Amino acid sequence: MKVEILFPEICNLCGDLMNIRYLHQSCPELEIVETDLKSRPRFLDEDIALVYLGSTTEKGLSLVVDALTPVKEELLHKLEAGQLMLITGNTLDAFSEYAVDDQGWRLEGLGILPTHAEYHMMNRHNSFYLGKFQDMDIVGFKSLFGHTYGFPAGEALFETVKGVGRNETTTEEGWRKNNLLATYLTGPLLVLNPPFTKYLLRLMGADCEKLAFEEAAMEAYRIRVAEFGEEGRDFHY
Amino acid sequence: MGKLRFLFALWMAKLSIPALKITHHNGTDFPGSLALRLCPDFLRYIGRPDTVVAITGTNGKTTVSNLVGDILEKSGKKVLSNRAGSNIASGISTALLRGCTLTGRIRPEYDLAVLEVDERASIRIFPFVPPTYVAITNLFRDSIMRNAHPYFIADVLTRSIPKSAKLLLNADDLIIAGVAPDNERVYFGIDKMEGDTQECVNLIDDVRICPKCSGKLDYAFRRYHHIGRAVCRDCGFHSPDALYLAKNVDMEGGSMELWEDGVQHNYHLITDSVFNVYNMVTVISLLRQLGFSHEEILPLMAESAITASRHSEEQVGKVTLVRQMSKEKNALAGSRAFDYIAHRPGRKELLLMMNCLGDTHHWSENTCWIFDADFEFLADESIEQIVCAGARAADYRLRLLMAGVPEEKIVCESDEFKAAELLHYTPGDDVYILYGTDSLALAYKVYDHMKTIATERGKEVQA
Repeated sequence: MKVEILFPEICNLCGDLMNIRYLHQSCPELEIVETDLKSRPRFLDEDIALVYLGSTTEKGLSLVVDALTPVKEELLHKLEAGQLMLITGNTLDAFSEYAVDDQGWRLEGLGILPTHAEYHMMNRHNSFYLGKFQDMDIVGFKSLFGHTYGFPAGEALFETVKGVGRNETTTEEGWRKNNLLATYLTGPLLVLNPPFTKYLLRLMGADCEKLAFEEAAMEAYRIRVAEFGEEGRDFHY
Repeated sequence: MGKLRFLFALWMAKLSIPALKITHHNGTDFPGSLALRLCPDFLRYIGRPDTVVAITGTNGKTTVSNLVGDILEKSGKKVLSNRAGSNIASGISTALLRGCTLTGRIRPEYDLAVLEVDERASIRIFPFVPPTYVAITNLFRDSIMRNAHPYFIADVLTRSIPKSAKLLLNADDLIIAGVAPDNERVYFGIDKMEGDTQECVNLIDDVRICPKCSGKLDYAFRRYHHIGRAVCRDCGFHSPDALYLAKNVDMEGGSMELWEDGVQHNYHLITDSVFNVYNMVTVISLLRQLGFSHEEILPLMAESAITASRHSEEQVGKVTLVRQMSKEKNALAGSRAFDYIAHRPGRKELLLMMNCLGDTHHWSENTCWIFDADFEFLADESIEQIVCAGARAADYRLRLLMAGVPEEKIVCESDEFKAAELLHYTPGDDVYILYGTDSLALAYKVYDHMKTIATERGKEVQA
């Protein structure tokens, strides 16, 4: 069973590659393959259980768009067919119509989502996040130059309990369509949320009963869920 | 109106200086903060020497600024600096207003200004205090929350630095090479050293692809993270050549050769860390640009010292207690500290308390940096025990386990003083406390507690 990391040479900010290291430690039989910007994504031609994209720079977003544009139709076809893909951090903005910043920069995105991102480069958004996925508590952090607007209603990945959703006006966080799971949360997501990691492994069809260092991961998770839920603890930095 | 407002702000700020002295608060940025509050474009009007040297970058800017300032003063120059204050706009304002007359003109005795400038804050400083020279030490990941990533900081610097400034850049840092591409520049660097590798051994590696064509980079050598010399296998783009190049750096012998235009100059090292060798080379390069000859720099450098504010050690009882700063929210600082500790001889015990105390009560520390930092170095056999303290103790434990540290070596205790009591203090061990700037005051108290325990344990062993 293979996990493909797309563009790890640029999609590696915020400790995000630890998401896949933790999956691998939890399920050592997983084969981790890495695809760089100049190579054809393997999931287009091979059976890949999970495709992963982590956080990147603004130039990185542009390189992701450049790399995926030639295979956009195939990517859409795969996603329609149920390809499991996880995107964390800002990289979902590469799937937008466009992104702009307040210095005049503009990125034409893949246009897979009818959204646009607005960045304020000297006014970074920092917050912690407490939300729900099914019956699970989800915790994480947002450290972003801005937010994204125009998501189709009802296609959220998480429902916000405390924190900021896709932007300040919604409690919907991230995006889920078929088996594409995308969130602006970092932390890293899978390390901070062992119940969600187990859910993902089940979705992959991986045969792993216990996570790596599960007791330690659950203890850190329980502490964080309790801490984030405390009254008087503000999610804004 | 602008000038009147400036003068009012200047006088108020100057008046605050004796008031602060009387109340023993001198050394703060209050005068500059007050001036900026009363006149937001205060820096536009305040006088400055004809030559302004700015030192910026992620690491080393304090060391370089202090060394340059010390050497210039030893050579007889009168230097205006922000050494006593901060490196943001308020600190720069405080430094400049202290050096100005009541009309806002720089006092004639000052030959030049040497300013340490925070890289992100440069956008509020350089457009108003245009530097003659800008030295950039390195650009690494710092706080994700404030600095995002080093390419963002490179972009901030490009937008901040005026075209007239001459740049002194680290040739071994390809992120820096892209800063302010239209400016005149010279590079400094260090040639291949013992211990350099070709592959990156660190988690953070921010220059994996060619900045020009996104092709794969091959490194002739890699020092740490993205520091090294690279060439693109697709387009041939490569690291810039250094005008000032350190060669044959001999840490044990305490010497290096500094090559310039094919001529060798022998320098004594005043440090035993590679980071500070870079700082030395930066200082030499800056002084050369300011017109000093190597013959003038050599004796001045030899009698200079690098303040060891981030590392100190002393023998207490039967152990060596070591204070090691590792800035919180900063994965790179952690990685460098862990690497250094792992490679030192002898057995070690560690107390980790690099927590962001400021976030503990009202927010919650963003943990991303913990997963960018090379905790893998701490899986070294020489490390006997790791006690994780503070609000993030459980996060450290999980990260250490992921890094391959055996579970039996890890202890968690949220109370820092109780955590200090859980260390073994085995005779002969080096017992470290790792702390950040945020936990500095608490760390010193915990360290005192460690000293008491180590002394008592030492007596018990003696008995």
